[in-house]
Amino acid sequence: MEPLIAVAIGILFAAAVYMMLRRSIVKLVIGLMLLSNAANLLIFATAGMVRGAPPLVPEGLSAPAGAVADPLPQALVLTAIVIAFGVLSFAVVLVRRAWEIVGADDLDKMRDTDT
Amino acid sequence: MQLAVLGGFVMACLAPLLHQWFGARTPRLMALLPAAIAAWLIGQWPTIAGGEVLLLEWAWVPGLDITLTFLIDGLAWLFALLITGIGALVLLYTGEYLRGHRDLPRFLVVITAFMMSMLGLVLADNLVTLFVFWELTSVTSYLLIGFHHTDPAARKAALQGLFVTVGGGLALLAGFVMLAGAGDSWSLYELVQRGEALRAHALYTPLLLCVLLGAFTKSAQFPFHFWLPNAMAAPTPVSAYLHSATMVKAGIYLLARLHPALGGTELWVISLSLVGAVTMATGAFLAIHHTNVKMLLAYSTVMALGTLTLLLGLGTPQALTAFVVFLLAHSLYKGALFMVAGILDHETGTKDVTAMGDLRRAMPRTAVVAGVAALSLAGLPPLLGFVGKEAMLASVLEASAWRPMILLLAFTAAFLTLAVAAIVALRPFFGAPRQTPKTPHEAPSAMLAGPALLAVLSLALGLAPGLLDPLVAATLAGIGAPAADVHLSLWHGLNLPLALSLASLALGLLTYRHWDRLRARLSRLAPLMARGPEAGYEALMAGMVAVAGWQTRLLQNGHIRNYLAMTLLVLVGLVGHALFFRHSLALDLTLDLYLHEAVVAGLMVAGAVAACVMRSRLAAVAALGTMGFSIALFFVLFSAPDLAITQLLVETLTVILLVLVLFRLPRFATLSTPLERLRDLAVAVLTGGLITLLMLAVLSGERLPRISEYMVANSQPLGHGHNIVNVILVDFRALDTLGEMFVLALAAVGVYAMLRFHARDDHARHRRAQRTAPTKESDDG
Repeated sequence: MEPLIAVAIGILFAAAVYMMLRRSIVKLVIGLMLLSNAANLLIFATAGMVRGAPPLVPEGLSAPAGAVADPLPQALVLTAIVIAFGVLSFAVVLVRRAWEIVGADDLDKMRDTDT
Repeated sequence: MQLAVLGGFVMACLAPLLHQWFGARTPRLMALLPAAIAAWLIGQWPTIAGGEVLLLEWAWVPGLDITLTFLIDGLAWLFALLITGIGALVLLYTGEYLRGHRDLPRFLVVITAFMMSMLGLVLADNLVTLFVFWELTSVTSYLLIGFHHTDPAARKAALQGLFVTVGGGLALLAGFVMLAGAGDSWSLYELVQRGEALRAHALYTPLLLCVLLGAFTKSAQFPFHFWLPNAMAAPTPVSAYLHSATMVKAGIYLLARLHPALGGTELWVISLSLVGAVTMATGAFLAIHHTNVKMLLAYSTVMALGTLTLLLGLGTPQALTAFVVFLLAHSLYKGALFMVAGILDHETGTKDVTAMGDLRRAMPRTAVVAGVAALSLAGLPPLLGFVGKEAMLASVLEASAWRPMILLLAFTAAFLTLAVAAIVALRPFFGAPRQTPKTPHEAPSAMLAGPALLAVLSLALGLAPGLLDPLVAATLAGIGAPAADVHLSLWHGLNLPLALSLASLALGLLTYRHWDRLRARLSRLAPLMARGPEAGYEALMAGMVAVAGWQTRLLQNGHIRNYLAMTLLVLVGLVGHALFFRHSLALDLTLDLYLHEAVVAGLMVAGAVAACVMRSRLAAVAALGTMGFSIALFFVLFSAPDLAITQLLVETLTVILLVLVLFRLPRFATLSTPLERLRDLAVAVLTGGLITLLMLAVLSGERLPRISEYMVANSQPLGHGHNIVNVILVDFRALDTLGEMFVLALAAVGVYAMLRFHARDDHARHRRAQRTAPTKESDDG
């Protein structure tokens, strides 16, 4: 599975970079979303992918019975997902305000801060 | 001694305050410090003359082995005495020259700071300390040349002097680092004892070249000589002090100091003799082009500095003796002459010697002082300059390498210098009286005291050069010459140097007689002169500005996405290079795969690609949603239920948010050309490819033990939770989660603020009205 997911993550990164290099601010936001998802997946997958062994302690035991997936990267990615949502909502609203005030969708036309 | 130098810096800072208290008497008061140091130095003379070396140590940065150690041997003693002695006289002179000047306190601050830096430079034993003082003299010199800061020419000259000397200073620093590495010590005292090892070291050539570059720029050697005459924009006390007696000799001092460590090799002899000889002749030749008395003197200083370098290069005991005598003689007569030049300027209002005449009637005492000093400059008996010049000619005659050429250059310099001396001493004081901007009258005695004392010293030491024997011997010990018996005398009998002197006297007087005609001829050479080294400096500066402008326009063009692309390409280049050339790319490509997993991954990729290519905003949002939910599924498949739940929630919220907001945003427009898209695609594919390779390389590598074992084992016993991820979030890493909540709250406040408080300026509404107007028109149409 690893080689396949590595290629998939590579494509996600490529898509994110391509969108972030666009001049349209809306596409920039889409690029940002792609990038955060790609980064989360990268951290998760690089830590090792384990099937059917979630990091849970069964009832009545003090430790998992067998080997389980590494919980630490999961905790990190969970935090990252939530933060990425915060960043995205802020970015989306910021872009909307910028569009309202500057009236340009083109990043090249946002050349000064005084409008 | 260290305290005296540091105290001098403190006094420099206090100068404005002193000036408030003591007014015009301040310079005289401040002259007491250098005078006291000079007196202390003279008190040390018996020790120095006994051949002892005083090492005054004071730990400065003990961790880096940098000490503020002062090394006082004959060489340092001579320089320190010149600096403090002439310094005291210059301060006295300044009191009159700049009497009542608005910026006198500022001048006193900088010149005192310079004096202490220069003193530190010649006394420093540690290379780093020496370098710090070296740069301090450059900076203070910059401030002094630019003293008349409202004058653009002065500012330009100051900057030029700074660039040339500090540029050389950079080379010098590199040279010092190599020197310390090669000699395994930062102490000059130790380095000069390791000459054999240093000269045999592999780094000898580069380190010598770096040190020479530093010394040559500082001491205005050809082709860096041009900054010194331009530095004459400074007030005359500065010219007398920095640009003839002290600072420009810093490079000479350094060469003399390092002579036992680095000198004597073929490279040393050839580079110093040639550069010195060419500088000598160039300085003397350029001098007679000018009618400005300060320029005449400045170029003759260039000539003198060249002579000193040449003598160091020749390096024979005879040449080194000549070096010491010439050094002393030059400091005495040139200091005096510059101060006389200042008097002339001050009393007549002009610096042009052709505009003066018959001043001996109005200023008899100045005329006498000028005459004595100029005789020494000309190298005529019975002055110290004569002793110096005879010794110089004698050592050139016994030179081994390039003798005819160096002799020719030396002889040219000698007779041209004689002409300069005649111009400076005869032209203003004799001949027909001329109308000068100010009515000339005798200078105040405080102004005359300095030059008079220096002139008297030139005369006295010239009459009895034997007095100098112990001093020359002590200094020679510092330069590392074999301690030969030194016997200076005025009269050596009829020999070849004397014949050369007579010939140069005749030629020099001839030059003086025909100076006006000669100058007219020489002015035809002006276009050629304009292509000198100074033009090279100008071109370099202009080129630097042009390159800076070009690369700023190229790199800092204001398009953030260009910065992004550049950053990514550099990342790909560097990481890719490390990956391919430093790391074996043995990838583990075993594909252990189930169909449903492949389908999920396929959906993910399809969603991402579709989000990029969709022309409609809704379709793009839908594609993003597909990708997000596939990722959630992926988390479910690979043992991460908590992530799956979070991803589902966030993805749902995101889609709602996008649908709500995105439709208030413009439609996608095609803003780029196909070529640009292709270029961006290339950057994107490169970045994506690099990530894939990196990830495969990481996964194929050796697995390190997990750091979460502790958390897995203690989640239930310590955290009382069965979901380990949750326990990590709220217990083991609870502070991180608190921080995360804070970030989210901040984002929420920001979002609320932007949505709630609409811009109430009419400008935005006006813009929107403009935007909608054409649409209406087309509707009507």
